[in-house]
Amino acid sequence: MSSKTTDVTVPHQDGDLERFPDPGIPEHKHRQADIDPKADKRAERQVVVLFTISVIGTIVALWAYFAVRPDGTVGGVRTSTMVLGLAIFFALAGIGVGAIHWAKTLMSDHEVVEDRHATRSPDDVREIAVQKLADGIKDSGIGRRGVLKGVVISALALFPLTIAVPLISSVGGDWNVGTFRTTLWKKGTRLTYDPTGRPIKASDVTIGSAVHVIPEVSEEYRQTGEWITEKAKALVLMVRLDPRDFKPFAKGRENWTYDGIIAFSKICTHVGCPVALYEQQTHHLLCPCHQSTFDVADGAKVVFGPAKRPLPQLPITVDSEGYLVAQDGFDEPIGPSFWERLR
Amino acid sequence: MKALAARRHHRFAPVVLLLLALLVTGGVYAVLAPSQARADSASTQDIETGKKLFQANCATCHGLDAQGTDNAPSLIGVGAAAVDFQVSTGRMPMAMDGPQAQAKPRQMTDEQTSQLAAYIASLGAGPAIPTDEQVDGSKGNPANGAQIFRTNCAMCHNAVGQGGALSQGKFAPSLERTTPRNIYQAMLTGPQSMPVFNDANITPDEKRDVIAFLEAQRHGSAGGASLGSLGPVSEGIWAWVVGLGLLIGAAVWIGAKSS
Repeated sequence: MSSKTTDVTVPHQDGDLERFPDPGIPEHKHRQADIDPKADKRAERQVVVLFTISVIGTIVALWAYFAVRPDGTVGGVRTSTMVLGLAIFFALAGIGVGAIHWAKTLMSDHEVVEDRHATRSPDDVREIAVQKLADGIKDSGIGRRGVLKGVVISALALFPLTIAVPLISSVGGDWNVGTFRTTLWKKGTRLTYDPTGRPIKASDVTIGSAVHVIPEVSEEYRQTGEWITEKAKALVLMVRLDPRDFKPFAKGRENWTYDGIIAFSKICTHVGCPVALYEQQTHHLLCPCHQSTFDVADGAKVVFGPAKRPLPQLPITVDSEGYLVAQDGFDEPIGPSFWERLR
Repeated sequence: MKALAARRHHRFAPVVLLLLALLVTGGVYAVLAPSQARADSASTQDIETGKKLFQANCATCHGLDAQGTDNAPSLIGVGAAAVDFQVSTGRMPMAMDGPQAQAKPRQMTDEQTSQLAAYIASLGAGPAIPTDEQVDGSKGNPANGAQIFRTNCAMCHNAVGQGGALSQGKFAPSLERTTPRNIYQAMLTGPQSMPVFNDANITPDEKRDVIAFLEAQRHGSAGGASLGSLGPVSEGIWAWVVGLGLLIGAAVWIGAKSS
């Protein structure tokens, strides 16, 4: 216990110093278990019960591991996990709660005050420490052996490169923004169903249809890792509506549709979510992430939400066999704005 | 043959040939084309009764001859599948106007529904009601169905078919209790906001796979409580409110002095 008083002095509003006496430590209150032998016994029993629950939990967990195996059905997996999890929970919670309850009710509750010592070490201790360092430097001979000093510093200075170079280099790899500008779509690329890759006949797209489209690629290309990245950029949503429902097309885009079939990039111009919630009756295309809404009948104009630009339109036509093909790639980078996009 | 050869330059010869060609094509198509299930089996009696039912229950909005009005679309050519979907789920006849017609207790019996369907199917060709074989999920491949569902349906109906919000009060309903036949019909006919997924886009076999996938979701989640399968919203509320609440409670209990 500290005998020092720690009275507090604070400046008052009118400049006088006001002094507050140290109120001291509140009076120690004894717990029920300290004064009442019955309460003491009861607390002990509670701790015993808690640890017993843990023991039972462990036994049940071991039993469940052997007896309640997942049988391959969804319900079986659920039961097995549930029984195992609950048993392990009780096994651990029994120990934890029991230990704390024991400490709180039965172990000594003497109140102890520990004084803080000064942060600064005494002067003699500081002198000894400095002396020891100086002795060590002298002993290593680093002052005399210049080459040694050089290699130690070089080794220490060079080592972080093993971590820094791969880290910075792999970050740098992603800065190739050129890949953002182009997709797999080019003149004559066939439109195919996602995910099967069957080519799409224009006559098969009925009014009111929404078709999720990927470009036609070879089966070998589909097996490469590059396909996933390119597919993510090239996704297209194609719908067919009554040609009379279209608002007048923008200049230069009059021939970009085929008989009411119109195709837009599925990548939102806001932050790149797939915009695919097509409402057939209103011709609105809704982005699930931030509710940007595009009007398919009006060149995918933004009618609601945070997106700034319409979805890029894929110009389409049919080839000699009646399959839908791209007239050309997208005429602008798809997806959200990026630094070098310039708008 | 001589007579025929002599007349091959007759000015009606091309017309006769064209008619013959059309007859042959039509005849071959009628024989080879897959027969439309059920719709053809409807009797004239059914069509007559269906017409009376239609005029009593539907004509106010859809017009006396189902030609459509300002309030409701024309039903000519929508097919028996569309009628069966709308009427058997109780969406039609509609009780009141709203953002969308919602499923409710059905108002027509099975017999009345099929009579209505027969009448509408008689007005113009459209998708027929699928057969039991076509909608039997146990014959489908749920893994392939999951792929089809993820690409075409999950954006609106949620990854496991729990449904989700659309714009201005419209929503994609949960598919948890939808019958296999209604799932198939919805894909085929594209009711209300839903686009059409015809047999070229999602083949009949793939439609059955989708049904198999949705039926597989009805056994519940292997992870226990799915919290509505809504993803980060319900799981986040659970973790932040219940989980953190329990942790704070435990910390307070550890810090409190025993009485």
